[in-house]
Amino acid sequence: MAAELLKGNVALAEAAIRAGVEAYFGYPITPQTELLEHMAQRMPELGRAFIQAESELASINMVYGAACAGARAMTSSSSPGISLMQEGFSYIAGSEVPAVVVDVMRGGPGLGNIQPSQSDYFQVTRSAGHGDYHPIVLAPASVQEAIDLVMLAFDLADKYRHLVFVVADGLLGQMMEPAELPPMRPLHTERPDWALTGAQGRAPRIITSLELDAPALEEVNNRLQAKLRAIEEHEQRYAEQMIEDARLVIVGYGTAGRIAQTAVKQARHEGMKVGLFRPISLWPFPERRLSRLADRVDAFLVVEMNAGQMLDDVRLAAGGQVPVDFYGRTGGMVPVPEEIYQAIATLYAKLPDRLS
Amino acid sequence: MVALETVIEEQVVYARPASLRDVPTHYCPGCTHGIAHRLVAEVLDELGVRERTIGVSPVGCAVFAYKYFNIDGCEAAHGRAPAMATGLKRVSPDAVVFTYQGDGDLAAIGTAEIMHVAARGENITTIFVNNAIYGMTGGQMAPTTLPGQRTKSSPTGRDVELAGFPMRMAELVGSLPGAAYVTRRSLHNVKEINKAKKAIRAAFKVQLAGMGFAMVELLSSCPTNWGLSAPEALQWIEDVMVPYYPLGDTKVADGVDALMKER
Ligand SMILES: Cc1ncc(C[n+]2csc(CCOP(=O)(O)OP(=O)(O)O)c2C)c(N)n1
Ligand code: SF4
Repeated sequence: MAAELLKGNVALAEAAIRAGVEAYFGYPITPQTELLEHMAQRMPELGRAFIQAESELASINMVYGAACAGARAMTSSSSPGISLMQEGFSYIAGSEVPAVVVDVMRGGPGLGNIQPSQSDYFQVTRSAGHGDYHPIVLAPASVQEAIDLVMLAFDLADKYRHLVFVVADGLLGQMMEPAELPPMRPLHTERPDWALTGAQGRAPRIITSLELDAPALEEVNNRLQAKLRAIEEHEQRYAEQMIEDARLVIVGYGTAGRIAQTAVKQARHEGMKVGLFRPISLWPFPERRLSRLADRVDAFLVVEMNAGQMLDDVRLAAGGQVPVDFYGRTGGMVPVPEEIYQAIATLYAKLPDRLS
Repeated sequence: MVALETVIEEQVVYARPASLRDVPTHYCPGCTHGIAHRLVAEVLDELGVRERTIGVSPVGCAVFAYKYFNIDGCEAAHGRAPAMATGLKRVSPDAVVFTYQGDGDLAAIGTAEIMHVAARGENITTIFVNNAIYGMTGGQMAPTTLPGQRTKSSPTGRDVELAGFPMRMAELVGSLPGAAYVTRRSLHNVKEINKAKKAIRAAFKVQLAGMGFAMVELLSSCPTNWGLSAPEALQWIEDVMVPYYPLGDTKVADGVDALMKER
């Protein structure tokens, strides 16, 4: 299939369709609405389920229901809607059913604005609702990567029976660039062996997140944590550029990572040994690779479109070995390469002299 | 004289429905949640749909309904059972999907979900247990608590100046064009229980016929939190609840009465 010019939100939606999503439930919110609109057109055409729900609370609980039936189900929203869905995220994680959520982030807090932002890093990576868990969180930096990660998200959700986020920002959602969609995958014809299908010729199945007995609920949590450790072991994803001899490594994901790339190239042009590390999985955070880098670089510079959220994870990975500096814009402001370059140049000038 | 060898034929007049498990429930003595369960189970048996039914439990005293019904089941967040049932039904159109909800669940925290499931005419069935109180959390005021009724959070009686008036959900939901069959019945005596069963049966038949959303509101007792004995509680339903919550149908769409008449 050839590359075509695709808008980010449409690509996210169509990728989910190609991945075999059987049910989409959503509520309009800028800057992700084109995703819902694409689903409104395509899902009924294909004989699949689409509902514009009465709220994000309803959307996520519809996803929860469809997921309990063993169907590939998803919703999408933007930051305020994601806040409203927190209850459902927690139930989905607690009862271990697969689901995919796309968050096209915007500026906050509160109603904030509709400009691009990465302000949801904490709310999606830390636990997404109450209870002890992390969802899987994937962050694309281009329309093509958005497509690829949506496909991956459904597979990971099924594999681990877990909640998977694909987080973009308004810029990625709204921009158009050439990308290639994969061919349509066939829908799963059989329901998984844990799904609610009606207890025909078998014992009834129950899906619940409720366990009143404390020792039993601790057991459930231990199992959930063991699964999360396995995810941490196998699913850390990242991309890096010009890292081999880098003394300063810029860490940025999604749009911020992409803009930082231009700044890094400019710094290289000016003779600075600067590299780019772009986390693709925000949870599990690619800390293994980053902590190895901390052994040999002189500093990290975290670039985000927020006030410093992933910064915490980079600091944890760096383990105090090297300084971790930060450059961020908030409120829907998108940094231009030049300002990131300035931050790089300022920090680079302060790096300790090396004998070599 | 009957010879000892004569086989006396036994007739089963009462047995546990196959749709109920043989387990003790946690309901208080005299609570009519158990009767509501039994009626639903009998109907599932009689309609022969036990093996394709999925039940959605609420948050409330019936939170463990999935442990009592002998069917596939799940547990919704507080008030979200209609949304969850919607998701289940849209990807499993051949399944029989129902929610079982209390009045805090359905008429307070889940008001949006119940109104919209009805507005969409979602092809599911809702059993709504109205006991005029929050049972599970120990007896606080519900949206259905009657004017003057004492609860833990209306200790001097529900003051309508402060807390407004109780909501008549069967009337509200029945007013929506999307709803096919909405009715209110009561569980306070045998005659009413029999009528309640007929309504539950009709509500499931509406779903089987693909006619859309059906809800049966059941006036139900909570002797524990009303501070009454079991018989007093049943009497209280008749004397206090029924006058505020009139029994009967609030919506019967075209074609539903035919379903109600057939056996
Ligand atoms: C989001 C949320 N808020 C509050 C609660 C606490 N809670 C549990 S049951 C319940 C009230 C249930 O009352 P009702 O629906 O009337 O059912 P009943 O127990 O009377 O059968 C409440 C408020 C909860 N579990 N979740
Ligand atoms: S608290 Fe009330 S509603 Fe709950 S089981 Fe006891 S009597 Fe029934």
